[in-house]
Amino acid sequence: MTDLERKHDRTPVPKEWAYAPAPESRDVVSLDERYGHYVGGKWLEPSETYTTISPATEEPLAEVGQATPEEVEAAVAAARDAFENGWSGISAAERAKYLFRIARILQERSREFAVLESLNGGKPIKESRDVDLPLAAAHFFYYAGWADKLEYAFPNRRPRPVGVAGQIIPWNFPLLMLSWKIAPALAAGNTVVLKPAETTPLSALLFADVLRQAELPPGVVNIVTGDGRTGAALVKSEDVDKIAFTGSTDVGKAIQRELAGTGKKLTLELGGKAANIIFDDAALDQAVEGIVNGIYFNQGHVCCAGSRLLVQESIYEPVVEKLKRRLTTLRVGDPLDKNTDVGAINSEQQLEKIRELVESGEQEGAEIYQPPCRLPEKGYWFVPTVFTNVAQSYRIAQEEIFGPVLSVLTFRTPEEAVEKANNTPYGLSAGVWTEKGSRILWMAERLRAGVVWANTFNRFDPSSPFGGYKESGFGREGGRHGLEPYLRFDNEPSHD
Amino acid sequence: MTERLPVRKTYKLFIGGAFPRSESGRTYEAEGQNVARASRKDVRDSVRAGRAALPKWAGMTAYNRGQILYRLAEMIEARSSEFAELSTGSDEVERTVDRIVWYAGWADKLAQVLGSSNPVAGPYFNFTVPEPTGVVAILAPDEPPLLSLVSRIVPALTGGNAVVAVASETHPLAAIELAEALATSDVPGGVVNLLTGHRDELAPWLASHMDVNAIDITGANGVSTELERAAADNVKRVVRGEPDSQSPWEIASFLELKTVWHPVGQ
Repeated sequence: MTDLERKHDRTPVPKEWAYAPAPESRDVVSLDERYGHYVGGKWLEPSETYTTISPATEEPLAEVGQATPEEVEAAVAAARDAFENGWSGISAAERAKYLFRIARILQERSREFAVLESLNGGKPIKESRDVDLPLAAAHFFYYAGWADKLEYAFPNRRPRPVGVAGQIIPWNFPLLMLSWKIAPALAAGNTVVLKPAETTPLSALLFADVLRQAELPPGVVNIVTGDGRTGAALVKSEDVDKIAFTGSTDVGKAIQRELAGTGKKLTLELGGKAANIIFDDAALDQAVEGIVNGIYFNQGHVCCAGSRLLVQESIYEPVVEKLKRRLTTLRVGDPLDKNTDVGAINSEQQLEKIRELVESGEQEGAEIYQPPCRLPEKGYWFVPTVFTNVAQSYRIAQEEIFGPVLSVLTFRTPEEAVEKANNTPYGLSAGVWTEKGSRILWMAERLRAGVVWANTFNRFDPSSPFGGYKESGFGREGGRHGLEPYLRFDNEPSHD
Repeated sequence: MTERLPVRKTYKLFIGGAFPRSESGRTYEAEGQNVARASRKDVRDSVRAGRAALPKWAGMTAYNRGQILYRLAEMIEARSSEFAELSTGSDEVERTVDRIVWYAGWADKLAQVLGSSNPVAGPYFNFTVPEPTGVVAILAPDEPPLLSLVSRIVPALTGGNAVVAVASETHPLAAIELAEALATSDVPGGVVNLLTGHRDELAPWLASHMDVNAIDITGANGVSTELERAAADNVKRVVRGEPDSQSPWEIASFLELKTVWHPVGQ
């Protein structure tokens, strides 16, 4: 009998655990009916707009601009002007203080941002509140401190800003990805044109108000909203010196093709299909928690999600049993409810993609498990799902699902685990669960992934470089290494 | 007495530690010699040889890799007169040897200069280490034939990569001589593969090859837009460096960074 079972034996356990709703108040957020593009410190009236919604309820939240190539050019021109006439002349120590201001304001307004993030993106409030917001502020604090210390980060290299950075970010961590992009770019002395994702523009638009409060000089950060067409216009803009993109591998490849021969700097943070590897000597309950966090965190809308579970054969049954039991306790529903573990799928389009891949898994012969779960009637939802009996060739084991869907595979030896884990074109992250230290390091050496989490998963920190091997992209965000894509050096080989 | 007729050398490719002719059976004339003209299939064989050799080379200790690169420098020094004839002269050979020695010394220092220990805000030990990108394709500049080839391949080797290099098209003989030095220098077979032939014919196959992780286009003739575009098929790292440079950042451009997290606890 395990300790847990013994405890259960003694303590009467209620038959049903019902949580009373604990909704976070929406009042803290006040939205405009309509937003323009933030260009040169002013709001530019958009020529076209679309409606952004809450994926949990499908209610319209606001009208936002669909930036045309001309509007993108206006933003790039504002960024260029700010770079040439002001920003690059401000001392690095002053630049640092602007970043400190932004970080502080984000902390002060964190409740408002967290609610907005959950409202527009569908992620559980406890994640926006406890992960996205603290990390976003921490990124600005971290890079603030680098702004006037660049020559120590890159001794003998004479670091200089690149110029105008075009930054395109995804919808899974809208404000956090904004901070990953803007903080190092400004610390290095660049100006920015940022395009938030089509489905989650609101936190970036609210961030413009933070810039106003911080009194950042106009044009240093410009924000244009819109779909892929806006992103393409930014990539093609001739006056942009560097593109940083986080998103799908397909779009990343298209951007790399588009920039071929231009000499512009490029960093790509693309898809993943991470293996989470659990050995028979692992602390199983902790590992199961880590596996659940690894794939169901943020509805599995995480590029580094542990979407392939590799279980050592000897512990396959207890792991799958514990996993299924844990799944029944996940609370799926209202993102603004403080008890919610799994929120809404970000968009109808993404829900369609998840459904299609899950169907393919069933058709190819995998065994599906979904816990009993009542889903809200409106909005986009998907029940946390586990597939067992998965072959490496199945699409669910090869393609990035970007949803709350886990594929379970098995292995016998560490060599086989490495072989299977690396058997993907991706290489963003990997997880290892074992109590044996030498084996952790042995595995970590061999896993072809930019981040290896051992006995933990989905940990992020501004001081910790993040980025992919192989088709998961190139360049790092976070840490001293995260400054490099935003700098030019004497006699540097170009790496793009 | 008739004068002794010298025995001529057949100039061949260097793939997987062996010296095959091109599978295509073709040659072209360069520097007055018939030199193997490699084909798409020779590219394929070279990439396979590089991939197969990679685990041993990348898995070796950095100290050991440095030792082997020192040994390569010794082998070239020993063949100085031959190399001088096949390059621009003894000055180029001396600089080549010194360059290899300089890079050899970097092998066991890279992780200290490029890596980091990261002070994350939580009970975790977190560190970042550089690792080789994998199989690297290199288009060597035409001139100087020896120094530029070595300046491009040695940074990649120092970091633990396997290399498929296309030699100077106009002056390929120094590369073939280098292959002979490599073959006697303890560099495991397949770690360096040297192809001679028409660069414009071979480069597109390397740029689009799905098992090549990075391509160095320093020696690409003229516009490289098409090569860069093809490189996007598998998100290759595209490097454009200098034909004659000596910098740890040249090594860094063929490296990935891996970050490892582990909780701290009792």
